[in-house]
Amino acid sequence: MKCKIPVILLACGSFNPVTNMHLRLFEVARDHLHQTGMYQVIEGIISPVNDKYGKKDLAAAKHRVAMVQLALQTSNWIRVDQWESEQKEWIETVQVLRHHYSELLRSLPRRKEATSSRAESEIPTEGIATPAHTAAPELKLLCGSDVLKTFQTPNLWKDEHIQEIVEKFGLVCVTRAGHDPKQYISESAILTRYQHNIHLVKNVVQSDLSATAIRQALCRGQSVKYLLPDSVISYIEDHNLYLEESK
Amino acid sequence: MENLENRTEVVLLACGSFNPITNMHLRLFELAKDYMNATGEYNVIKGIISPVGDAYKKKGLISAHHRVVMAELATQTSKWLEVDTWESLHKEWIETAKVLTYHQQRLEARNSDDSEPDSASLVLPGGKRKRTGDAQDLSEQKPSASQKKGPPQLKLLCGADFLESFGVPNLWKLEDIATIVGKYGLVCITRSGNNAEKFIYESDILWKHRNNIHLVNEWITNDISSTKIRRALRRGQSIRYLVPEAVQQYIEKHNLYSSESEDRNTGCILAPLLKAKQ
Repeated sequence: MKCKIPVILLACGSFNPVTNMHLRLFEVARDHLHQTGMYQVIEGIISPVNDKYGKKDLAAAKHRVAMVQLALQTSNWIRVDQWESEQKEWIETVQVLRHHYSELLRSLPRRKEATSSRAESEIPTEGIATPAHTAAPELKLLCGSDVLKTFQTPNLWKDEHIQEIVEKFGLVCVTRAGHDPKQYISESAILTRYQHNIHLVKNVVQSDLSATAIRQALCRGQSVKYLLPDSVISYIEDHNLYLEESK
Repeated sequence: MENLENRTEVVLLACGSFNPITNMHLRLFELAKDYMNATGEYNVIKGIISPVGDAYKKKGLISAHHRVVMAELATQTSKWLEVDTWESLHKEWIETAKVLTYHQQRLEARNSDDSEPDSASLVLPGGKRKRTGDAQDLSEQKPSASQKKGPPQLKLLCGADFLESFGVPNLWKLEDIATIVGKYGLVCITRSGNNAEKFIYESDILWKHRNNIHLVNEWITNDISSTKIRRALRRGQSIRYLVPEAVQQYIEKHNLYSSESEDRNTGCILAPLLKAKQ
């Protein structure tokens, strides 16, 4: 059997609140990577942004994290991670990737124990004990094509960060209606150069669903049922979130 | 929500394959309810899902039993939606106009029953399976003045593709269309850029009853369809978050959709078309 590259998918964003669309990104990306035959997605991580990000209408991180946690109760492979939201300052996405990559490397021996057969564990291991047939794990940033577009927004991203993301880590980008990711790539020298590290995934079930639309519907008293998990809707109601009209 | 008592009570009925039921089907109900209630004229008190019977003979249609169970699982978390098996339990395919008539009669029977508190329970054949004692549920929701008001209005809930199916030759009898839009009324979920208005304009019968057709705009569009769900399943792809969790688990457990199931009724003529030939 050919050895597959283990992959962890990391999604950064506001998750204000998390919606079914966010959760779909993970499912669609995992299916796509598996069907390449090259990858084995071992985990998905949702990392809600820090409160200091200062985005308009951003609910407190503790709520956003709690909602993601509730949404993921039924998932056996995606988890929420609070590290980013617990930092004192807003931190750049590339730093979040670095952090999770070092965590991944640290946890590797444990993961390997959990997955490898007995015969393998009998092999004496020295130094960086990566058996030759085990591919190095990869951490990839999962995003919608709208994020790819923001790479063009002046002053939003540092060029060296974009380069590090696509060179060292890689992107899995799920295309969204109204976006042409191929065009965004061709318009950027860095993205073009590292396009082999950018996986474009077509989402056959298109949707206009966004957290903004959810917040709008909520403050108008409209139903948002079936657009996000029931547990998240109950949490929003219990904590009176998103009641105020945004200015 | 002030003064609900002066409003016309509405029950929404959705007919279709529900093969399988998806979050999109369930959203149609939520959108329709919000819209109707926001007019200030209506008070939507109930939504009924009526899966079509096996005799419809649509390609890829799995057994009504499974489709009904999935719809029931999907509505478990809803306070106002329920599944009705009357249509699906029939050996023969039943025209939508007849399904409406059946439900209208039930609502009328229940209404007169409500004003006679001593009458025995209204057991009609093929009733709902969702809850026992839901006659009480209904009376709780109803304002006390219900005996003066008469039964709620029954309206057919549909998507824009359903509306446009009225234009498919031989699929619908003209008198059935007249009954549906004339006697009952339609609540149709559409998208901007969709030609529902033009379609109504171009049809004499729909134009005549245009005031009985409520077009509801779906702002947060959503391309989930049962066809896409079945395709994803055949390809081993995830359908999570596109259908309710309980439905996804049921599909997996019973391995409901495969290339074999998709071949069901291949070469069959759709029941309404067959009937039109006879």
